[in-house]
Amino acid sequence: MKEMSRIVKTVTNFVYGFIIIFGFYIIVHGHLTPGGGFQGGAVVGSAFALLLISYGSLNSKKFLKEDILSLFEGFGLILFIVLGFSGLGITFFYNFLANSGSWFGDAAVIGINPGDMNTAGVIPLMNIAVGLEVLSAFGVIVLTMASGAEFTKNKEKS
Amino acid sequence: MKKIIFGIAFIIFFSFLIVSAINMRTFGEPTISEMDDYFIENAQSETGANNVVTSIVFDYRGFDTLGEATVLFTAVVGVVALFRGVKK
Amino acid sequence: MIGNLPYIAVVIFIGLGIYTLMFKKNLIKIAIGIVLIENGVNLFLITLGYRKGAIAPIYTQAPSGQAIMVLPTPQALTLTSIVIGIATTALILSVAMMIYKHYGTLDTDQVRRLKG
Repeated sequence: MKEMSRIVKTVTNFVYGFIIIFGFYIIVHGHLTPGGGFQGGAVVGSAFALLLISYGSLNSKKFLKEDILSLFEGFGLILFIVLGFSGLGITFFYNFLANSGSWFGDAAVIGINPGDMNTAGVIPLMNIAVGLEVLSAFGVIVLTMASGAEFTKNKEKS
Repeated sequence: MKKIIFGIAFIIFFSFLIVSAINMRTFGEPTISEMDDYFIENAQSETGANNVVTSIVFDYRGFDTLGEATVLFTAVVGVVALFRGVKK
Repeated sequence: MIGNLPYIAVVIFIGLGIYTLMFKKNLIKIAIGIVLIENGVNLFLITLGYRKGAIAPIYTQAPSGQAIMVLPTPQALTLTSIVIGIATTALILSVAMMIYKHYGTLDTDQVRRLKG
């Protein structure tokens, strides 16, 4: 996949940081505004696809490595399963931090209110785990298929 | 010959879909909604989240989300395994 | 009949998807047909849960007054279905690339025999 012109590379250098920060904002505020783990993970994954398109698949191997992204994906899924097992005193997937007063445990005001970040129990931790898994799944899929397309194009030329 | 049989079967199936889409119930009036009324009333006091859809996805129906995360992980493992024999 | 316009749009999606799946021979066009059917089913799931004149089911800065809310359960099921659609599309396109590497063509009339 060839690289694009200098104008595209300059705009990408300026913009991709804002896209990644906006994606993390959607992931972390999942219990107050529309959004959550899956939607924010898709936004950050589209930032990785923008980097891959504008720099070409040979140059982008210098700063997007598949091994580190694959490690993040496994870590996200293991964190999600551990959060499911840790409420096992009552049932599987029990929200043991809601309304309890410790780490994320304030009680929400009933009715229409501007949200408080400290409220929803085990839900923000699950949002972060699923968001990590989805963003690294997007990165690994796009990078692997791009480097596979290089090989099939070489075969077509010979 | 085969294309004529496929074409007739497709036209019959498509007309069945169109007739059933016109005779559906009116748009915007759900018939049974007791479970969703319970979720809208009690999601703020039981889970403490302002977003009712997120509390359904991660707290009331968290088992479906576990299945979906496993499907996504398996798809990534499948894609990496297919491209493993390619050199460089 | 004009009030049922979302259901007619769903039927047009699914009909176009099944037409592409039955009558085309290129593998990439078959993959596009599968994606069209999947998106039509997701649209149908969302439009089942609508109430007339209701707002989104979120309590943060909602418009004041006793407004009724849309049913939230079909939206949660549609999230799962969209992610499963991503997994299916990625695997279909990878298998199409492997078939092109092995046979040299993407025409389904010529990839008939199972070569060793």
